[in-house]
Amino acid sequence: MLELTDIDAYYGPIQALKNVSLTVNRGEIVSLLGGNACGKSTTMKTILGLVKPRRGRITFEGQRIDRRPPSVVVKAGISPVLEARRLFPYLTVLENLRMGAYTRRDKKGIEQDIERMYELFPVVRERYRQPASTLSGGEQQMVAMARALMARPKLLIMDEPSMGLSPLYVEKVFEIIETVNRKEGVAILLVEQNANMALSIATRGYVLQTGEIVLKDTAENLLSNPLMQKAYLGVA
Amino acid sequence: MFEQLINGLTQGSVYALLALGFTLIFGTLRMVTFAHGEVYMVGAYVGFEIIRLLAPSFMLAILVALAATALLGVIIEILSFHFLRDAPHVTSLLVTIGISILLINLAQLIWGPETKSIPYALLDQLDYGEFEIWGVYITYLQIAVLMVTVLLMTALYLLINKTKLGMVIRATAQDYEAAYAMGVNVNVVFSMAFAIGSMLGGVAGVLIGVYYNLFYPTMGQLYGLKAFSASVVGGLMSLPGSVVAGLLIGVIETFAVEFGASSLRHMISFLFMILILLFRPSGLFGGKELIQARGD
Repeated sequence: MLELTDIDAYYGPIQALKNVSLTVNRGEIVSLLGGNACGKSTTMKTILGLVKPRRGRITFEGQRIDRRPPSVVVKAGISPVLEARRLFPYLTVLENLRMGAYTRRDKKGIEQDIERMYELFPVVRERYRQPASTLSGGEQQMVAMARALMARPKLLIMDEPSMGLSPLYVEKVFEIIETVNRKEGVAILLVEQNANMALSIATRGYVLQTGEIVLKDTAENLLSNPLMQKAYLGVA
Repeated sequence: MFEQLINGLTQGSVYALLALGFTLIFGTLRMVTFAHGEVYMVGAYVGFEIIRLLAPSFMLAILVALAATALLGVIIEILSFHFLRDAPHVTSLLVTIGISILLINLAQLIWGPETKSIPYALLDQLDYGEFEIWGVYITYLQIAVLMVTVLLMTALYLLINKTKLGMVIRATAQDYEAAYAMGVNVNVVFSMAFAIGSMLGGVAGVLIGVYYNLFYPTMGQLYGLKAFSASVVGGLMSLPGSVVAGLLIGVIETFAVEFGASSLRHMISFLFMILILLFRPSGLFGGKELIQARGD
């Protein structure tokens, strides 16, 4: 459903992505792995329309979305969980959810989805009147995921959802990713440093190194790949 | 004494209106505009011409000034901010200083450098009587000024806190990149915030212009500075702070006049602001932001 073909992207004079091609199929969880500054976040930003690629094309369900603003991309059915959560700190939790539904016009559906989020994320219900900044990091990550789901996406792109969270919340986050994927059929592109966790729930994975894809395989094969084990999985 | 308090509140409510506009613009765009006083001046002249040429109606003057200054606000936003988003902040600030000088010169070309007034024959038709409560004289014009400012403040409060547009403005003010990633057209939001802020400034111009019946090209300079100061004293990002600081400054000035320091009134009001900032460097409502959350 999502297809990147030969993407080159630059930050000023520095090339951040070289010839990146990847696909996400309907219903899949795909992990995008790699170390710091390898181009993972740039890939997300390019899909979302925050970074314009210099070369290559991106299609989503047959529609060209490269060089289109996020408003078009979000409407087409791609919703982001941004790096470091990026909640609106002085908006209430509920208002943050409503911002996630910004591109939607169906009032009834939005109210129903808010109820749905309350069920999926109990903490969102408990804290709905509080400013987002008063929540803990883990709670904020829950709100960030709920906000992204409020757009009713067909594809969720998540940028390091486990970053800076306690082990308990990391587990929760991955649990919810699986639930959302299985129960609602939302495809997920997951950018992670936590390769073990990411691959444990993914169907396939890509490994980025200095802006290039150096490995792509099924999650199983990646987990047992000796190169992967050495570089990313922490197996001696 | 009570009479002076009413005078002070009237004057202060207009400062508050100007400061609110400034705060809204700064809070959303993080940009200081030094053309705010000139938006106020343009609003005043528009009101002047409407009353002089069209009809002696306060309301009509305000409505036309609202439309004119909204448009002016969008133009200033595009010139000083839209094309300079990636430039250092000081560039935008300098452009607004340039626009302010340009507007003053344009006003001099159109209306001349001298002070203009609405002819008394027309003023009488605006129904300016006064009435007496407990030995205090209050003019209907003062009541009108107070009512218009309270009305606009209420409207702004409702807009910012109770509407979808208000929520989107607050969200954009807090993290415009995140808002952009949610699909918000942040350029439109920036223009809207600048337009709304300018409308408040334009109405303030009509109110003060008619209140004192004095119109001259540099009439906005001191007011622009007062708006900026009131906004800073209020906490720079706090809408309630702007209102409180504006009212305080108006009252202090009027009392300075009452106690015989008429020529020193601006000095006294700025001295007072310096004092507040010495003790509360982030302003009266610093830390509480425009952007603060509300439950619903």
